[in-house]
Amino acid sequence: MKLSFSPEDEQFREEIAGWLKDNLTGEFEKLKFRGGPGDEHMFPEERKVWEQKLAEGKWTCVGWPKEYGGRGLSIEQQVIFFEEYARAGAPGRVGHIGEGLTGPTLIAFGSEQQKQKYLPGIVAGTELWCQGYSEPSAGSDLANVKTKARFDEAKGKWIINGQKVWTSLAHESDYCFVIARTDPESKAHKGLGFFLIKMDQPGVTVRPIEQITGTSEFNEVFFDDAECDAEDIVGEPGDGWKVAMGLLGFERGVSTLGQQMAFQNELDEVVKVAKESGAHKDPVLRQRIADLYLRLKIMRFNSMRMLSDDVGDGSLQKEALIYKLYWATWHRDLGELAVDVQGEMGQVLDAEPYELTRLQSLYLFVRSDTIYGGTNQVQRNIIAERGLGMPKEPKW
Amino acid sequence: MDFVFTEEQQMIRDTAESFLAEVSTSEAVRKAMASDTGFDDALWQQICAEMYWQAIHIPEEFGGMGLGCVELVAMMEQMGRYLLCAPFYSTVCLGVNTLLLAASEEQKANYLTAICEGSLTATLAYCGPRGGRSADAITAKYREDGDSIVINGESSFVVDGMTAGLILVAARAEGSSGEEGVSLFAVPADTAGLERKNLPTLDQTRKMAALSFSELKIFAENRLGDAGNGWPVLDKALDLATIALAAEQMGGSQQLLDSTVDYTKERVQFNRPIASFQSIKHKAADMMLRVEAARSAVYYAACVADEALQNGPLANELAEAASIAKAYCSEAYFKNAGESMQMHGGVGFTWEYDVHLYFKRAKGSEHMLGNPSWHRERLAGVVLD
Repeated sequence: MKLSFSPEDEQFREEIAGWLKDNLTGEFEKLKFRGGPGDEHMFPEERKVWEQKLAEGKWTCVGWPKEYGGRGLSIEQQVIFFEEYARAGAPGRVGHIGEGLTGPTLIAFGSEQQKQKYLPGIVAGTELWCQGYSEPSAGSDLANVKTKARFDEAKGKWIINGQKVWTSLAHESDYCFVIARTDPESKAHKGLGFFLIKMDQPGVTVRPIEQITGTSEFNEVFFDDAECDAEDIVGEPGDGWKVAMGLLGFERGVSTLGQQMAFQNELDEVVKVAKESGAHKDPVLRQRIADLYLRLKIMRFNSMRMLSDDVGDGSLQKEALIYKLYWATWHRDLGELAVDVQGEMGQVLDAEPYELTRLQSLYLFVRSDTIYGGTNQVQRNIIAERGLGMPKEPKW
Repeated sequence: MDFVFTEEQQMIRDTAESFLAEVSTSEAVRKAMASDTGFDDALWQQICAEMYWQAIHIPEEFGGMGLGCVELVAMMEQMGRYLLCAPFYSTVCLGVNTLLLAASEEQKANYLTAICEGSLTATLAYCGPRGGRSADAITAKYREDGDSIVINGESSFVVDGMTAGLILVAARAEGSSGEEGVSLFAVPADTAGLERKNLPTLDQTRKMAALSFSELKIFAENRLGDAGNGWPVLDKALDLATIALAAEQMGGSQQLLDSTVDYTKERVQFNRPIASFQSIKHKAADMMLRVEAARSAVYYAACVADEALQNGPLANELAEAASIAKAYCSEAYFKNAGESMQMHGGVGFTWEYDVHLYFKRAKGSEHMLGNPSWHRERLAGVVLD
């Protein structure tokens, strides 16, 4: 075991930290610490411009292979990149779904044509993506997808009908990747396809969902005879589940360490507020703050194990299986602490009619963390079945 | 950055596991815990002679293996899994760590060599009869008397205090308080003026003693380190021992998870293994989460402990890493023990099943070397004050 970074890695750290210091200024100054989960609705246009600024510096898709426009960074340097990005308070990435999910999926499963058509726009920060998985009747039971894809021989295109839900950034996105049923007779994991669909077309309607925060970053997306080119299915019809599951593996990559730096920024703010309010003298709150502090540290150690332990076959080690349940629960606890350290003042809004402070927004938004991307209950099933070999539920 | 065991470390871990699975069976543990000494001396001699574990992180110049804390925690994890009853924790984690930090080269040559040979066991006596982890906990007093040191007072909760050949005693100069005036002394167990009393405890797998010193007289050269400046060194030694204890706690948590999952796969109710019920699966999943997080905390702390012994760049993280590991592993172990008992149902409440051994060890360990509240408060002090 070795924890330290090499001198080359430390030099790389200086390079990215320096770039951020020089560039996260002027028009971008106001974006600092903004646009993360729960704050996605803030400054979308400015953040799109920031995305292209990053691309100018070749700071998008840093983990992708060079041949696809990335930097092909080592795991260590990717870790450093995400840490420094978050440390600098650089804004939530509007391009993160394309960079983190679409790109790796196309690199792993896509055709040469798909790679050429879609990867450059992601690298350049000019084309944004959203994810079309969940449906009203396909939540935890994700395979229960009802959206249908029918191939129209005359048009030579796939025709998509159905509804997706909880689609973040759909209203800002140029494309959506969608799992839809290619075989209408099929059930569950079989007979699905994975489609790359252009958002700007008559058959696609986006409707924002008003959340408990009063803001909207999730959407419903309706497909009414939406069209998708024949070459824009990833893999074969019927491969959709395999591609979708492969993609879930990418969600546990090095960017988790960047997420933790953002968590650290949030915890720092809670500590600052606690010191102002006097909550830092309360013995119970001290214990809670220390508990959150140490559990965040452990989250980082766990990620370091996860990255060192990657055997490269896409299989998840035990420390990776617990990750979602661990961070989501931690974040929810932080949200509670964030209002509790403020006492009565924690209840007072920033402004009428319903303008939340950042910590109030955090408090409310974190309730979604233990639900989306596999609820805590689903995570526990996955851990028990895959991690511990316990039996699956009997079929009804 | 490479945060996994090397092949050699993995081998040490595997060897410990297979050896302990054979010698530290439930039957052996029960026999040891019912004995006066709390361990089987023949097994301890076998460990010293054949496995050479007691020498794991003693430098080669004193006859040791010259390995580090990562190797030590790899073994401690397995000892925790198999509830090994042996004077290993006291001798190596408390004794050797303290000697490595506090002793002069001459004292090291003297004591560490004997420990490597298997002819000496050791322990650390620091807190008074009220317990505690802060410097205030030290109540035994010393005064200088010509070339001698005279110690009076009490030290309690001394692990293997009844059997250890060498007792490292923390005492304070008369009239001193807090972190001032603390010194460490190497006190051979046969020194006149030392009285040892067995302290019967809920956890029978780890023997404790209460020591009293009345006009106990030793030579000044038995002092470890500078007079009165002992606290920072002792504090560091306690942190090293804490990290080893956390590893043991993590191993116990792992064993509880494994044995409980096995049990639920075999136990049939309502015509199905109870492992197929979500209420059971979700408890097991939470147990695994705690084990894995505990493991991450322990491995990190072990790397930091190595750096602390070698004054590496992360050396100043020692207190924090120890507190993180101890606070988390203590609660992980006890929660896993409680859940294990619940998931076993009635048999988990019997003397026959081993669950209660872990349940008791978990609570005992939780309160050794600072309980979770103490460690969280230490972290809070850094973050908030």
